[in-house]
Amino acid sequence: MRVAGKGLIDRTKPVRFTFDGKSYGGFQGDTVASALLANEVRLMARSFKYHRPRGVLTAGSEEPNALMTAGVGAQAEPNVRATTQEIYEGLKMRSQNAFPSLAFDLMAINDLAAPFLGAGFYYKTFMWPRRFWEALYEPVIRRAAGLGGLSGKSNPDPYEKAFAFCDLLVIGGGPTGLMAALTAARSGADVIIADEDTRLGGRLLAEVETVGHKAGHAWAAEVAAELDGMDNVRIMTRTTVTGAYDGGMYAALERVNHHRPRRDSITPLECFWRIHAKQTVLAAGAQERPIAFQNNDRPGIMTAGAVRAYLNRWGVAPGKHVTVFANNDDAHRTARDMAAAGVHVAAVIDSRHDTDVGNTPYRVFKGAQVCGSGGRKELESIQIRTTTGMEAIQTDCLAVSGGWNPAVHLTCHMNGRPTWRADIQAFVPSEGAVPGMIPAGACNGVFSTSGCLASGVEAATKALAALDRKVALVELPDADDVPYKMTPLWAVAGKGRAWLDFQNDVSVKDIKQAAQENFRSVEHMKRYTTQGMATDQGKSSNVASLAILADATGRGIPETGTTTFRPPYTPVSIAAMGAGAQGKGFAPQRFTTSHEQSVQMGAPMIEAGLWYRPSYFPRDSEKHWRQSCDREVGYVRGTVGVCDVSTLGKIDIQGQDAAALLDFVYTNMFSTLKVGRVRYGLMLREDGFVMDDGTCARLGDTHFVMTTTTAAAGAVMRHLEFVTQCLHPEWQVSFTSVTEQWAQFAVAGPKSRDLLNGLLKDRIGDERWPFMACGPVSVAGVAGRLFRISFSGEHAYEIAVPSRYGASLFAELVKRAEAMEGGAYGMEALNVLRIEKGHITHSEIHGRTTAFDIGMARMVSAKKDCVGKTMAARPGLVEEDRERLVGLRPVGDVKALNAGAHLFAHKADAVRQNDQGYVTSVAFSPSLQSMIGLGFLKGGLAREGEIIRAVDHLRGYDTELEVCSPVFVDPEGERVRG
Amino acid sequence: MRINCPICGDRDRREFYYQGAAVALDRPAPDAAETSWDDYVHLRDNPAGPTRELWHHEGGCSAWVVVARDTVSHEIFDVVLAVDAKTRGATA
Amino acid sequence: MVELKALNPIERKLPLSIGGALLEALDLGALTSLSPLADPAALSEALEAAHGVELPKPGQSTGGDDVRCLWFGRAEFLLLGPVPSDALAQNGFVVDLSDAWCAVSLSGAASENVLARLIPLDLRSRAFPVGATARTQLQHMNVSITRVGVDRFMILAFRSMAATLVHDLKNAMEGVAARD
Repeated sequence: MRVAGKGLIDRTKPVRFTFDGKSYGGFQGDTVASALLANEVRLMARSFKYHRPRGVLTAGSEEPNALMTAGVGAQAEPNVRATTQEIYEGLKMRSQNAFPSLAFDLMAINDLAAPFLGAGFYYKTFMWPRRFWEALYEPVIRRAAGLGGLSGKSNPDPYEKAFAFCDLLVIGGGPTGLMAALTAARSGADVIIADEDTRLGGRLLAEVETVGHKAGHAWAAEVAAELDGMDNVRIMTRTTVTGAYDGGMYAALERVNHHRPRRDSITPLECFWRIHAKQTVLAAGAQERPIAFQNNDRPGIMTAGAVRAYLNRWGVAPGKHVTVFANNDDAHRTARDMAAAGVHVAAVIDSRHDTDVGNTPYRVFKGAQVCGSGGRKELESIQIRTTTGMEAIQTDCLAVSGGWNPAVHLTCHMNGRPTWRADIQAFVPSEGAVPGMIPAGACNGVFSTSGCLASGVEAATKALAALDRKVALVELPDADDVPYKMTPLWAVAGKGRAWLDFQNDVSVKDIKQAAQENFRSVEHMKRYTTQGMATDQGKSSNVASLAILADATGRGIPETGTTTFRPPYTPVSIAAMGAGAQGKGFAPQRFTTSHEQSVQMGAPMIEAGLWYRPSYFPRDSEKHWRQSCDREVGYVRGTVGVCDVSTLGKIDIQGQDAAALLDFVYTNMFSTLKVGRVRYGLMLREDGFVMDDGTCARLGDTHFVMTTTTAAAGAVMRHLEFVTQCLHPEWQVSFTSVTEQWAQFAVAGPKSRDLLNGLLKDRIGDERWPFMACGPVSVAGVAGRLFRISFSGEHAYEIAVPSRYGASLFAELVKRAEAMEGGAYGMEALNVLRIEKGHITHSEIHGRTTAFDIGMARMVSAKKDCVGKTMAARPGLVEEDRERLVGLRPVGDVKALNAGAHLFAHKADAVRQNDQGYVTSVAFSPSLQSMIGLGFLKGGLAREGEIIRAVDHLRGYDTELEVCSPVFVDPEGERVRG
Repeated sequence: MRINCPICGDRDRREFYYQGAAVALDRPAPDAAETSWDDYVHLRDNPAGPTRELWHHEGGCSAWVVVARDTVSHEIFDVVLAVDAKTRGATA
Repeated sequence: MVELKALNPIERKLPLSIGGALLEALDLGALTSLSPLADPAALSEALEAAHGVELPKPGQSTGGDDVRCLWFGRAEFLLLGPVPSDALAQNGFVVDLSDAWCAVSLSGAASENVLARLIPLDLRSRAFPVGATARTQLQHMNVSITRVGVDRFMILAFRSMAATLVHDLKNAMEGVAARD
C-alpha cells in the first residue's frame, strides 16, 4: 500500500513489470520488493528445503528470502534478490523453487515431513547403499531442494572488468562514508566511494531524521553533489565491494545494466572491478537481526529497519495493521514513523521491562514477547506472552528487531577474527584485521548518526595521516545522537520451529540438536546444519545461531567462536569475474603472415599454443585429410614443398659471452661452431630431463640466433633470463626475441635449391651452402637470411625475411613450388615427414625423458658443464633397461597404430605389471606405405627386430609390432646433403 | 597481491611468473656432493612464515626478483633484483 | 623480376572511432632494440650524437613523434623512427625489431577509461604523465604503453597479435561508449 507524501521514488514515472506473469505497477526508484509490497503482494518465494511460503525479510542485499529469477530465456538470472533489483519497464520476474505455482506448491509436503528432515538428515539417511547416492538420492534431493536454476543456455550478455586506483577507498556511502569521503576529498586525496545502493546516503535514505538541519537524505544528496563535482573523486554506486585482498586490493561488482531494459549487445551488464587503494575506510554499516520465535517466517514478518525503509524510502506501508517486536530502542522508530504516516500501529512488544518510550498513540507491551504467528500464506495474527498472560493481536505486518550486527565481513577476508562487544551484543572488527583498512561508523559499532558522522571524519583523518596528507577542516553537521540501548534476546522459548537461517531453513532446534550430537564447534555446527551456507551467507542468522550454540553448550559467545566470512560479500557471477575472457578474449590469437593465404587455400587451421597453423591444404578432388597429407608429403620427398615455420621461437643473442651462455644452456658445444654454420642443440632442465631442442646459427663471432620449438619459446626465453640474471650475472650477453621480426619458411625437397635460385640475388650451390650453412641473402631485393637445415631429411632450407614481406614471399614460394609440381604443406605432412626421419617433437620430449632416453646421450658434452648435466648422470637415469626411443611398425594382421597405446612383450598379458613402454607419435608413411610410429620401449634399440605387442585399451586395438630404427627414411642421411 | 618491482614499481601480481624458493640462485658446483644437488633441485622448505622466493616480471621488465614475504600474513617485506642479490652474495 | 610487397598487419582494421576514443594504426618507421654494453652513458651519448635523443630512465621516454626512445625493459631500450646509426653498435647491442611489433595510437577523452578495462596499471595522468612508459599487460598480451600526449597513448604489441590487440581494444571502447 502506497503512503501519500512519503518516499524518494519518482511518482511522475510509472513503471510496469511482471511477477509470475502478472503485471504490476510501480515507480522509478522502486525495487521489485517495494513495488510488490505496494501492490500488497507479500508471498514472494518458497523456502529452500521445506518449501515454506516466504515474504521479504529485509530491504537490502542481505535478503535471505525473496530470491527470484529475473528475465527470461538465455538472459534469465536466478537468485536475484527482490530487495536490490530495481524495476524497469518490461522487467519479468519469476518465483523459483515452487511447483506448480508459488501459491500452491506441491513440494510443501516436505514441510509436513519436517520431523524427519532435521539437521544432519542427509548424512544420516543417505548413507547406504553407496551406489544409490549418485543414481537416486542426489538427483531427487536436488530437484526438491534448491534455489533458482540456470537457463542452460549460453550467456549472451556482455560483461566487463576494469582496474581502478585511489589513495582512499571508502566502502559504503552512508553518513560515515560520506563524511570520510568528504574529508579526504577536500584534503586533496584521490578518493573512490563505492556503495551497493543506487544512490549515496545509506540509512539516511530510510530514516526520518535531520542532518545539518535538513532531511538526512537531502543532506546526503548535497554531499554527493559536492563529491561528484570534484576531479579527485569517483563515485561508484550500484557497486558492491565484495572482497578485501593482499596489498590493498579490493574486488567490487558494479551492476551496470541490471536496472534498465537491455538495449544492445554491447552495454556491459556488470563490471568486475579490481581496485587498488592505499588506504580504505570501511563504512559498511550494520544489519538488523531478527528474533527467533515459532513460525517467525510468515510473509509479513520483517526486520523493523526494513519496514521503516519501505515507508520512508519507497513510500510503502508493508501492512495496514503494523506491530513491532523488539529488544531495543531503535525499533520504536518504526512504530513512530508508521503512526506519523497514518498507518495503524496495533502494538509494540518490547521484551524489556524497563523500556521508557513516553506517551505513544499505540499500545506498548513491556516485558512481553511474541511467541507465535498465525495466518495461511501470510501473516494474519501474532500471539504474545505478556506479564499478565497470553494475548492474540491481529496484524499483517510484524516489524522485528533483535538489535544490529556491524557489517564486519570485509575485515574477515584476510583471516581477521572480529571481537565480541558485550555492550552492543555484537561483533566488531578487530584492530588491523586488514592492513590499511580503517573501520568506521556502524560497522565499527557506532550506532548514532552523530557518532557515525564524527567517526567518518576521524577515520579519514587517520587515513590521510597514513597518506602523509594535511587534513582540510570539515565541519560536523548536527545530527541525532540517540544512544543505542538493547537487552539481548535471540530466541523466544517455546515449542515449534523458530527460524534462524531463513534461506537454508535452519531452526533453533536444529542448532540445539547439533550441539546435543556434539557438533560444538561453530564450523562443525555450520556444516552439520547448513546454517549460513547459502547465497546470503547467513548475514541475518550467524550471530543468533552462534548465541544459541553458546547457550546450548553452556559457553559464552566469545568462547564459542566466530563465523568466518569469506569473499565475496554478495554473490558475484562467474561471467563478471571472467569478463573479457569469453570467446576470442580467452587467449591472444597469433597469426602468421601466411595465415590469410592459408585460409584462402581452404586449410583447416589448428592451434599450436597461441598460434594458428594450417593442418593441410585440401584439393577439390580429395575426400579425406590423409589424401591431402600424403600428397603434400610427396611434394617434399619428390619435388619441393613450402611450409611456414615462423612460429618457432627465434632469439637473437649477442655479446662476448654469448658462446659461453650457449655452452651452458645446451648440452653440446657451441663455442666451437664456425661463423656461417648452424648446429642442432639439446637443452635440459636442471633435473636432467630434456626441456627443448632446436637449432642455433652463428651469424658472427659474438652473434647467434637460437631457435626454439613453438611451444617452448616462452619457457626458453625465461630460462635464458634466469641463467643470465640468477646464475651468471657477470656474463656480458644480451638477447631479445626476434620471433615476430622474421617470417620464416621451410623450402624442402630435391628441387628446393632450384626454387630458391629463382628468387635469390646470388645463386646458391653446395660449396658455399652445404648442409647446416647459414648467412644473409638478398631475396627479391629484400635483406633476408637463409639456413640450410632440414626437419624432413630432404635437401632443404629455411628462408627468413622481415615479417612485412612474409605474406608476399609465401605467395611467391607457393606459386613457384606449384610450378615445379610441388606446393604448400601443412602440419600433418610436417609431422609425417619428421616421424619418417625419426625427428623428435614435444610428443617425445614431454618432460619425462632424458637425452639418454631419446638416443642423444652422446650430445651431452663431456668437456664442459651445462644445465642438467650433473642430475642427468644420476644412476637410474642412464640404465640400459630404461624406456628408450625406438621406431615401431605393425607387422601382424592389424595394421593400425595409435599414439598412447602401451607396449608389452609379444605373448605377455596386457596388464599394468607387464607394461614396457608406450607409443608417442604415429603416422601413415606414404614412403613406406605403412603405419609407422615412435615410442619408448624398455631396453630401446637393443631390441631392434623383436616382435612386441601394442595395446590401446582406450580404442580397443591390439597390434603386433616390430621394433626398428626410428629413422625410417634415408637412414644414411644422403638426401639431406644431396 | 602486489609486488614492488625494483625497476617498475608497484605492480599487480598478474604480471609476474612464480618460480619457487630462492634456493635456485645457489647452483652447486658440477662436482658437488649428491646431497647438495638433491637440496638444490628437489628439497624445499614449506614454511608457515617468512620465505624467500624467485618471481619473474615476465609481463613487465623481464627482471627476476627475490621476494621476501610471509606465507601466513602475506606481508611482503622486501623485493630485490636477483642480479643484485646474486652480486651481493646475499643469498643465504 | 619479383617484387615483395610490404604489409602492415593492422592498418586494414583501423581506424576505429567509438565514443570518445579513436584507435589508429601507427607507422613508426624503424624500431631498434638497444641494450647498452657495460656503460649505458656511452650508449646514451652515442644515441644523442646520432639521433638527438638520450637514453631514458626506467619508465620514461625521450624525444617526440619523429624520433623517440622508450625504456623497454630491464637493460633494453627501443628507438623509434630513424634507421640506427652504425655508431650505436660500438656502445651497445643493436637488433632490428621494425617488423616485430605493431603499433596503435589510442586517443581521445575516453582513452584512460578504455585502457582501465585492459591494463592493470594506474594510467591517469597524475600517475602516468606525458612521456611515461611501461611494459605491462593488455588483457593477456605483453605490451609497451607510452603516454605520448595529454589524451593520447601509443601501444606496441607483438605483430602476430595485431588482431587480438584490435579486438580487445574495440571491445573496451564499445563497453565504455555504451555507458554514456
